[in-house]
Amino acid sequence: MSGLSIQSISMRFDLPNGESVQALQDVSIDLKAGELLSVLGPSGCGKTTLLNIVAGFIAPTAGRMMLNGHEIDGPDAERGMVFQQGALFEWMSVRENVGFGPSMKGMPKKNKVEIVDHLLDVVGLQDFKEKAVYELSGGMQQRVALARCLANDPDVILMDEPLGALDALTREKMQSLVLKLWKETGKTIILITHSVEEALLLGERLIVMAPRPGRIHKEYHLPFAEIGVGEDLRNVKKLIEFTERREEILGMIWDMEEEIMGRSEAVS
Amino acid sequence: MILFLIYVLIFVAAFFAVKTVASRNSNSDYGPLKTVTFGDESAVKPSRSASVISILSIFLLWAMFTGSVLLPNFLHVPGPFEGVGTFEYTTQAGSKLDTATVTVLVHPISSPEEAPPVDVGDGWAKNDSVAIGMWRSDLLRVDRNDEFGRSDGAEIIEINGFKVEPGDTIDVGWGTVTISDKGTPNIQPAKGWQMESIWLPAPEAVVKRVGEIANEGFRGSTLWEHLGYSLFRVIIGFFFGALVGIPLGYAMGLSNWFRGWFDPIVEFMRPVPPLALIPLVIIWAGIGETGKIILLFLAALWIMAIAARSGVSGVNISKVHAAYSLGASKSQIMRYVIVPNSLPEIFTGARVAMGVCWGTVVAAELVAAEQGAGMMIMVASKFQNTDIVIMGIILIGIIGFGIDMLMRWAERILVPWKGKG
Ligand SMILES: Nc1ncnc2c1ncn2[C@@H]1O[C@H](COP(=O)(O)OP(=O)(O)O)[C@@H](O)[C@H]1O
Ligand SMILES: [Mg+2]
Repeated sequence: MSGLSIQSISMRFDLPNGESVQALQDVSIDLKAGELLSVLGPSGCGKTTLLNIVAGFIAPTAGRMMLNGHEIDGPDAERGMVFQQGALFEWMSVRENVGFGPSMKGMPKKNKVEIVDHLLDVVGLQDFKEKAVYELSGGMQQRVALARCLANDPDVILMDEPLGALDALTREKMQSLVLKLWKETGKTIILITHSVEEALLLGERLIVMAPRPGRIHKEYHLPFAEIGVGEDLRNVKKLIEFTERREEILGMIWDMEEEIMGRSEAVS
Repeated sequence: MILFLIYVLIFVAAFFAVKTVASRNSNSDYGPLKTVTFGDESAVKPSRSASVISILSIFLLWAMFTGSVLLPNFLHVPGPFEGVGTFEYTTQAGSKLDTATVTVLVHPISSPEEAPPVDVGDGWAKNDSVAIGMWRSDLLRVDRNDEFGRSDGAEIIEINGFKVEPGDTIDVGWGTVTISDKGTPNIQPAKGWQMESIWLPAPEAVVKRVGEIANEGFRGSTLWEHLGYSLFRVIIGFFFGALVGIPLGYAMGLSNWFRGWFDPIVEFMRPVPPLALIPLVIIWAGIGETGKIILLFLAALWIMAIAARSGVSGVNISKVHAAYSLGASKSQIMRYVIVPNSLPEIFTGARVAMGVCWGTVVAAELVAAEQGAGMMIMVASKFQNTDIVIMGIILIGIIGFGIDMLMRWAERILVPWKGKG
């Protein structure tokens, strides 16, 4: 059976002061191969924790995850990760960053060069391949991060607010690029975002999470990602259906934030 | 005091001079003109002309106060009196008064001279003469050739016609004469403002000394051998310090056990100044090369260990995570992520360590050594060879500065990504 299956994951952090935080409670998600899932929710609802568990960086306190029929028990090249920023290796050139995964596997030089060249073409950085990554703009750096992840040909790509640090214009371009890459490569993608619009645009499926304890609040199946593949994203945003969904989810998150604020005010 | 005032004067004068010159050709100044500069740290750049004038004025003051031949005479501050001066004393024995002349020849210390011959003159008080070196003074028994001396109850009552008593000081134009408690005149020719070369030699004397020592050597080794010995010790000590310190720092950054084991040791040794270890190292290893290298090794060790440790702890966890999800093994993470990520810190540490080692080696050589920059200035100071001491200090400064420049240059070439993460 192919696809990613997250089965009743719970995660509790025990703090040094004796308290504990229930970051995730009984979260289950089934993803078919090639699905694009976006995860949305207020700050602190466990999105990063969920992604780190799937990546294998931390072990959940309960539950398990299966990928293509085997259990996940640590980080692996089959699950690639794109971070918000700061995860590129600044001591390597763009080309070396993208070729990092293949190098680690000991891939022959010729194949590696081919892959790197192809991916730099895809993300439009061919002219920058000998540059140091710190000479690139934020948007270009994220394209390097995407290319580096794809160079390893992972089954699943995990993205934790990959576009969060970019300005609005660059961000829009990058959203199109993500959709294009998803369509071309057919990868399974989990994308975490703070932005409701981004979650709607880039999610075939969308999960809204609620905090304390972190859990799945609501799930949607959306047509916008498919539409966006061949369409200007600004047109997608104008669709009546899109604006309605956006208002609905904004309201939902607004309520959650209110609730958190109210609760913490009551505490203080 | 006067020195300080002149320095302030030069500072202020140069400031206004440069400002006027700069405002006259301000069209050469391009780039956006900042209107808010006061309080904007980035708008403060060291003024090149100020640096140049600053260095020149130090040499200028040095030359002024040492009567250097590099400066025209009128720029020198007044020097000590040189030549022949005279004064008269009037002495009284009972009711008999007589006056005699004292001739004083003031000569450079380097060329001693005899007291000039003088006619003893008439009367019972005879004329005297004496030779005094510049900056020196002399207590002259002027009555020793008089017919009535102190033992006969004779007493000096006037100098150049001014009434004097024991303890009084009279200005005789080219210096002062003080009557001692016992009634003997103490002759002090004017010292002027210039420094005696035993305190501060003129710049050209120092330069000449560099040439001499470079050619003939000092205490059996040439100048370059002395400096080479110091540098060699620093490099060997630092090398071993880094060789042990860096892996130790990595181990402390990567393993709980190592961190726990070495933390107390490193944290304790770090604040101990290496100089404080000199006595112990001398007791244990003697004053030979081994002792010095052990000392420098210890000076570099803790600095390098701490630099490597913070280099490892400074790695952004997402870089490590990214590398793991790209399929890197532990040893690959070490080699391709942790080591390069820690290099900037290690370079910073190396720069500090080299500086500390250089200071420590000089200090250790001051205490005991056969060769080395510190030994050179210590021995020179014992023999009051101030020119060698100053030469040594300048060379030590230049080399220390050179080491730092070299490390910075290496850092720029080898870790261009420093501060770019
Ligand atoms: N290593 C940790 N130790 C303790 N608490 C943690 C840790 N990581 C996350 N948490 C807590 O778990 C909750 C979820 O965090 P996170 O997954 O980062 O949320 P999100 O990414 O949605 O903003 C937060 O309350 C956070 O304080
Ligand atoms: Mg997060």
